[in-house]
Amino acid sequence: MSSFIPGQPLTAVVQRIQIQKLRQGDNLILGFSIGGGIDQDPGQNPFSDDKTDKGIYVTRITPRGPADEAGLKMGDKLMQVNGWDMTMVTHDQARKRLTKKNEDVVRLLVTRRSLEEAVKHSMGSYPRQ
Amino acid sequence: MDTESTYSGYSYYSGRSRGSHRHGERSRDRHKSRSKDSRSEKSVTITTPPAEPLLGDSSVRGEQVQDDNWGETTTAVTGTSEHSLSQEDIVRITKDLEDSVGLDCRRYFTLTLAVIMGLLVFLTPLAFLALPHLLWPEKLQTCGTACEGLFISVAFKLLILLLAVWALFFRPPRAGLPRVFVFRALLAVLVLLFVVSYWLFYGVRILDSQDENYQGIVQYAVSLVDALLFIHYLAIVLLELRQLQPCFSVCVARSTDGEMRHYNLGQLSIQRAALAILEHYYCDFPVHNPALLSASKSRAAKHLAGLKVYNVDGEFPAAPADGPGNNAAAASAGMAHSQSRAMIAAAARRRDTSHNELYYEEAEHERRVRKRKSRLVVAVEEAFTHIKRMQEEEQKKAPGDVMDPREAAQAIFPSMARALQKYLRTTKQQHCHSMESIQQHLAFCITNNMTPKAFLECYLTPGPTLQYSRDHWRARQWTLVSEASVTNGLKDGSTFVLRCADFSLVVTTKRIPYIQMSEEYIDPKSHKFVLRLQSETSV
Repeated sequence: MSSFIPGQPLTAVVQRIQIQKLRQGDNLILGFSIGGGIDQDPGQNPFSDDKTDKGIYVTRITPRGPADEAGLKMGDKLMQVNGWDMTMVTHDQARKRLTKKNEDVVRLLVTRRSLEEAVKHSMGSYPRQ
Repeated sequence: MDTESTYSGYSYYSGRSRGSHRHGERSRDRHKSRSKDSRSEKSVTITTPPAEPLLGDSSVRGEQVQDDNWGETTTAVTGTSEHSLSQEDIVRITKDLEDSVGLDCRRYFTLTLAVIMGLLVFLTPLAFLALPHLLWPEKLQTCGTACEGLFISVAFKLLILLLAVWALFFRPPRAGLPRVFVFRALLAVLVLLFVVSYWLFYGVRILDSQDENYQGIVQYAVSLVDALLFIHYLAIVLLELRQLQPCFSVCVARSTDGEMRHYNLGQLSIQRAALAILEHYYCDFPVHNPALLSASKSRAAKHLAGLKVYNVDGEFPAAPADGPGNNAAAASAGMAHSQSRAMIAAAARRRDTSHNELYYEEAEHERRVRKRKSRLVVAVEEAFTHIKRMQEEEQKKAPGDVMDPREAAQAIFPSMARALQKYLRTTKQQHCHSMESIQQHLAFCITNNMTPKAFLECYLTPGPTLQYSRDHWRARQWTLVSEASVTNGLKDGSTFVLRCADFSLVVTTKRIPYIQMSEEYIDPKSHKFVLRLQSETSV
């Protein structure tokens, strides 16, 4: 992931993931856990490259849950949820964006380190035109 | 000045370097000689004449009443053991007798010198005051009130000086050191110069011109006494106060069993530091027990005994005619060299199982000691139950079969004697405690209502050397072996060895570092905290 400078535009290679919420009793669940937020301690985040990054990260994926089947991986950083920005939100705001009762599908933009490398790799193998 | 030393009149005999001491002392040669020749050793002996009744009431600044106060004399009779005299002892006795004459002369010489100087110093102000009245009484102005007031001041200052000198210098000597105590010598010289210069001035300006102003003379005498008091202050600072602040940390290790202690010393000369260390040694170090070292010696012997070197090729190469002795010696030296190397190599290669034996032997010994100890504890506890202290009223009522502590101890001792003896033998302490001393200790414990455990404690753990009877101290004469001159001050990294007949104490010094401290102010209102969370929510 590109280095994170607060206040400066962020460039990242993102993947679009669409997750269909699963109904379990009275709740709609997505099948993953998030950590991070601007009100949290970024130093304790095991998934971030830059330990000052206060973004929202995926910390756990329920196996065979909706997120797992949609292709979300542990350690992914959420950039947008249904168009809402996730890079500068508190933990609670992030949770609210993801658990809106009137939405049953969430479209996420996530980034991870392997995406950048894959892009670089693929660009490098093609001669410049 | 960092160097100090004492007039070493009293002290110097070590078993080895005899005549050399006199030479070394008179010539004061300070160059380092590291030869094995014992003439280069400087000896510290803790020899102990009883505290001298010092003559007169005068100050004795330069004198050296520094002998050990343990009540023993420097003559050879007490220097040897009370048991049997070997040939070596007899030789030593005769040599000591020769030496002690020289020692006494020296000691008395410094003593008389100091007494003379003290008398001189004390009587000088009185002489200053009395001489005008004796020599030119008619010309002298009468002494007014201010002048007589000064008499009182002189009297009291002299009294204070007397008491102060008595407090500082009239103390029983602790030890005899090899070299002159430099600070004391310097002070003596200073006082002497001072008094002589005052006499000169007095002689020239007052006696010759027969000054009539008596008040001026009295003030002159008062100024002398004041200056003497200030010199005494200087003496206190140099002799007592300077070494109080700790500057060095010394590590003292006993060579035989590695027992180690650390002490903090101030700025002292090597010989005074050695003295301080020896005093600490007697109070802190557990008693030296040579019986405990025999095990490692036998192991060492076994290491070497297992290997024998055989020379298969023949004894010596053919010696040429011109230097047969030389060549043979060289050849044999070379052969010995190669032999020892071969032995070391072979010892390294062979598979040694002695560690196994050591381990099991130690475990077995431990078990045996613990068994004996438990038997001993039970026996002593049972013995103590037979004794009960009689109360006052009972004493009047039943006078029969009443015992004092010694008899009580003798009554219960036999029941525990065997267990105690076996325990002492297992822990190899049996030579440290005699039957008599055990019984005395038992009587002491009974008198003071001590429990059996309190009675046993001194046999279960070895105490400091001082607590044992005198014949078990095993060392009263020490030799200070030092590469630097013993009147030099302690320095960082200086080492010296205090050697006695059975073992030696190796001393190394380290300087306490200079500490640079800075301050930082913290506003009490600046202590603020935030919560740092890392919560995980499942969605």
